Amino acid sequence: MGKIQTRIGSGIRIEMTEAEVQRDLEAGTEEAADRAKISPLTKDELHYLMDLHKCPDRVVGVERGKEVCLTYDSCTTKIKRAHVSISKIQSLQIFERALGADTLELAHIDYSYKPVKPIVVFEKPIMEQALLMTIPPLFYGAMPNLGLYSQPDGPCPNPMDLLPRGKIAEGRASFEEAIAYAVKDMVYVGSEMYETGADGINFDTTGAAGDAEFLAALKAVEILRKKYPEMGIEMGMASEFILGLHGELEYDGVRLAGLFPHDQVRMAQKAGATIFGPAINIVTNKSLPFNLARSLTYTKACSEASEIPIHANLGMGVGGVPIVISPPVDALTRASKAHVEICKLDGL
Amino acid sequence: MGVGDPYGMHAAHAIVSGMGGIRTAGDLVARLQLNRAMRIDEAKKYVADKLGTSVADIADEVKMREVREDMDLGTLNECPGVAKGIDAKFRIAKLMDLKINCVELFKQRVSFDF
Repeated sequence: MGKIQTRIGSGIRIEMTEAEVQRDLEAGTEEAADRAKISPLTKDELHYLMDLHKCPDRVVGVERGKEVCLTYDSCTTKIKRAHVSISKIQSLQIFERALGADTLELAHIDYSYKPVKPIVVFEKPIMEQALLMTIPPLFYGAMPNLGLYSQPDGPCPNPMDLLPRGKIAEGRASFEEAIAYAVKDMVYVGSEMYETGADGINFDTTGAAGDAEFLAALKAVEILRKKYPEMGIEMGMASEFILGLHGELEYDGVRLAGLFPHDQVRMAQKAGATIFGPAINIVTNKSLPFNLARSLTYTKACSEASEIPIHANLGMGVGGVPIVISPPVDALTRASKAHVEICKLDGL
Repeated sequence: MGVGDPYGMHAAHAIVSGMGGIRTAGDLVARLQLNRAMRIDEAKKYVADKLGTSVADIADEVKMREVREDMDLGTLNECPGVAKGIDAKFRIAKLMDLKINCVELFKQRVSFDF
């Protein structure tokens, strides 16, 4: 029996025996199931994953009829980061006409709501012109990024300075102050872009600064939903687990710290999001069979619990995709196919 | 989807799993997901019914090119005189029975009441 070519989460190529792959698939799904108190993958699903890894083809794809819609965190930034010297509108046209994009997203290179606020007046004419020239739904997107509201970058005392010194109440108060600032900025930018004509707003990498950031985004979604009943709102997450940096924050009577994707989506749905994106971080020193099985277990439970479309995050370092800026297509295509087919996703 | 280079991330996902955007009916299905929170099977059926095609047809490039040309919904390789950009979205809004935000604002800007 020949060895199976695969990688570890950092992207480095490795070879594994069939028994080693089987062991890691089982370990990955059991770890996720145990942590989140959800069902592990079935024997048939593990068998499917074994076949996927044994397949020697470089690239794989979903079965005909199982295609899904794609949403992006910042189409325009991706072209700019590749140092292609074109405008934002031209970037959107490349996604629309050269990359088969089902949706588009305009964004500022400093991809957070706070830095967009002072330049929104310059983003609005670009949005207006792009809407005249393109056909797919066009989002405006950025990250809640609560860290930007703490000193030295922002106005609030830094909880990461306060908490290690035992100043728990002061740290929590600072998080609560930051939430108020962040909600205001997200609602302002979201309103400005929707009133310019955007089809939807994307809250990307939500929860990166823990439960306080998740609450800020939920509050912003709730306000925007009340203000604009027909607005499209996507909420993509930063991690499979909401860190309890504050620890006592609740939304709709549910403590946010410690929520896994199948509960995160219920909060997003309640607030008024129309698309939710779970994000499962890669474990860099574990194999891709381990990481893929682990990600699929969380994401499948999330998809089953959801009433709204699920667009799982399968970017660099999430969803079983290695954390390298040029994702290897053997790994990416396996992660893409497996998530769509096993988790019955609506998009990526 | 997230960070990564356009070849390894965006082109690869589009070929593996994507509907194809305006090459097919991916943009139309996405509108139902975004604005009506419809899950994929329901959204595909809604679009197929409105286009008068089968669900299998709406991800087929050849069939959808014919449909989009016949219905003037905007295509990848545009010919002179066909709907482009906002023109196509006016037609999509009417056919899909959807309110498209920029189409509504366009009507307000030119003081049209239709």
